[in-house]
Amino acid sequence: MKFLRLALAALAAFSLAFSVAARADALADIKKAGVLKVAVPQDFPPFGTVAADMKPQGYDIDMAELLAKELGVKIELVPVTSANRIPYLTTKKVDLVISSLGKNPDREKVIDFAAAYAPFFNGVFGPADQKVTKIEELAGKTLGVTRGAVEDLEISKIAPATATIKRYEDNNGTISAFLSGQVQLVATGNVVAAAILAKNPPKRPEVKFLIKDSPCFIGLNKGEPALLAAVNAAVAKAKKDGRLDGIAKKWLGAPLPAGF
Amino acid sequence: MAYQFDFVDVFKYTDVLARGVGLTVTLIGVGGTIGIAVGIAGAWARGYSGNRALEWLVAGYVEAIRNTPFLVQLFFIFYGLPSLGVRLTEVQAALLAMVVNLGAYATEIIRAGIEAVPRGQREAGASLAMTRMQVFRHVVLRPALQKIWPALSSQLVIVMFGSAVCSQIAAEELTYAANFIQSRNFRAFEVYFVATGLYLVLALLLRQGMRSLGGWLVFGRRA
Repeated sequence: MKFLRLALAALAAFSLAFSVAARADALADIKKAGVLKVAVPQDFPPFGTVAADMKPQGYDIDMAELLAKELGVKIELVPVTSANRIPYLTTKKVDLVISSLGKNPDREKVIDFAAAYAPFFNGVFGPADQKVTKIEELAGKTLGVTRGAVEDLEISKIAPATATIKRYEDNNGTISAFLSGQVQLVATGNVVAAAILAKNPPKRPEVKFLIKDSPCFIGLNKGEPALLAAVNAAVAKAKKDGRLDGIAKKWLGAPLPAGF
Repeated sequence: MAYQFDFVDVFKYTDVLARGVGLTVTLIGVGGTIGIAVGIAGAWARGYSGNRALEWLVAGYVEAIRNTPFLVQLFFIFYGLPSLGVRLTEVQAALLAMVVNLGAYATEIIRAGIEAVPRGQREAGASLAMTRMQVFRHVVLRPALQKIWPALSSQLVIVMFGSAVCSQIAAEELTYAANFIQSRNFRAFEVYFVATGLYLVLALLLRQGMRSLGGWLVFGRRA
């Protein structure tokens, strides 16, 4: 309730400021207010969850904090769901969406996308001693996958005939089959692989090759070139000085993939 | 009704279903045979051998298996045993789980049959100078099996239905086939309708098979 009132007040203040400034530039507004409002998930680990102390935490939250620091303003995290994250942006309740947002043509009609900040892909994972670099090399291998998942449908189409695909009921079954050595490799998402890595298993699922790549982008409103440039510059800087790599290692258990 | 039934979508996967039925039949055929053999051995050990250590050992096995879920036993064999260096394929694991499970239930069913054989019958065997083993084989076992044959047949059908959970470790039996098809065309009603029908046919065939086998082996109605 308190949050709602606060949000309403913020909104009222914001719209008032907005009506005065007629058509201001979002970056200038953020600097003037001294606050960067970012839509983040709170129901999607490891990108955004609520910690034991009720504070939001995750990859997206770290990214939002990094950006605010780069812009020299304070951060205000606005929890959103995957359904309302874009409306929150288009109605200017937030300045940016950092909420594991994938890019697609339909979304590009409504909002702009700044740089990609997090890897998000399906791929084939396996321990270091499995030398596999492309789909053809799955010949003769045993691969575990969760039945009906995107990677199951995809890999069933393109895998060589001599590859054995074992389909399990859910991700836990697939993970158990991999960890107990019942399958040599698994096809799954990097987030699932990260969940395995977080438990420090004896068998570490390292990415072998990608099946479907759909990295997460930072979303912002259309027609904000100054904000777009500032966000892109901040992401590029964080990539260069290794801070983004640090976030990836912290939340996904693996460095940013080559060429990210 | 808004839903359009479409069984053609299911029959496109006839080969998948056929392979599923094949593995289910193999599992119950091989697992059932070995399981009943284990049951006879267990019943002999617990109800006839007179060896205290053996009785306790079998009692432990029977109680451990009959008081834990089949799915957990299966997961233990498939996911747990590799930690001890024993890695079984999903079909081997499914077979082992079924043998171990049926063995425990069959032990108790057959033991009940053995206990129902009148003491005088054993003594009559002994008075003919038969060894204990000969008495068991020729005087006790057959009448015991005759008494419990319907119960054993029902247990076998239950174990066959239990084999459905082997789909959880990616053993590609009938339920796995149904789940697989369902995940491809989302025709849940049609797929599970067909699978249910196939299980019904398999169960009726299994019962009839047990009846014939019993008539031939146990009741001695051979020509």
